[in-house]
Amino acid sequence: MTSTDDPSPTGGAWAAVLAAAIGCACFGLVTDLSEMSKPVSKLLTFHTPTGDLSGKSTIGIVAWLLAWAILHALWSRRSIKRAAGITVLSVILLLLGLVLVFPPFVEMITGN
Amino acid sequence: MELSSREIWTAVHGMVLGAGFLLAFSGGLVGLWGLRSGWVTAEGAKKLLRQLAVATWGMAILAWLAVLLGTYVIYPWYRAKLPASATTQPALVTGAPGSLAAAPAAGVDLTRFPKYLLLSRPQTKEWHEFGMEWKEHIAWFCPILATAVAYVVARYGRHVIGDAKLRRALLILFTVSFFCAAVAGAFGALINKAAPTR
Repeated sequence: MTSTDDPSPTGGAWAAVLAAAIGCACFGLVTDLSEMSKPVSKLLTFHTPTGDLSGKSTIGIVAWLLAWAILHALWSRRSIKRAAGITVLSVILLLLGLVLVFPPFVEMITGN
Repeated sequence: MELSSREIWTAVHGMVLGAGFLLAFSGGLVGLWGLRSGWVTAEGAKKLLRQLAVATWGMAILAWLAVLLGTYVIYPWYRAKLPASATTQPALVTGAPGSLAAAPAAGVDLTRFPKYLLLSRPQTKEWHEFGMEWKEHIAWFCPILATAVAYVVARYGRHVIGDAKLRRALLILFTVSFFCAAVAGAFGALINKAAPTR
């Protein structure tokens, strides 16, 4: 049987999990900011044919990778004791991201 | 029987990359679910981990290719701007009933502008305002989550076997990535039926 008491740290794994959730929440946040403000939408138009989706996705990806790099640097040599807490936080951030890109919610906060 | 280049790229996006991801999900989920000490022998775990790492990285690559192709190649065709002459015709851009009939008179074939074709009729405008708006954003969650799962399986596979909390977290990420891909795929197929990208 495979040993379950491996002494090597799992912080890097938890960094990847939490960073992915942070990336999704940031993507949702940027999406709503862009919907609420025309100047922001214009600012996020990195590629004209695609419109502001190019900027929203780029910012979301950058936020994800940045969060991953920071968390990895902080946790990769550690074993995480509050793993359940990270799971709960990740689920909350994922739900937040999903709500922030759900069109009826976007319409509600933008008033359109 | 003929397909335009736009139809071929749309098919690659949805029927090859997107459908490939969705079809692979059930296998990946079963593999991830069964990856636990007590269920597999050391030799079996090693083999399963290798297969799962290949499968999850394959899914992540499919997801990335699907969103990049969708966002930077197909979406610009979908949201192509109407010619300046057409935008001066209020009926065409406000979605007033009967505006579709006015299109040929204005010299604009709305079938070349899927977004405006959907917006031109009250019966179809929700396909854009709800369907496409949701699809274009939620789809981006999929490659992010799939990459995180693939990385953890490939790099921390032995821990996934022994650590129920880590395995549970990965199952959540993996399932949410499937949900996002399913929403994007379903709306993509339905929108392309209502206003095909040709």
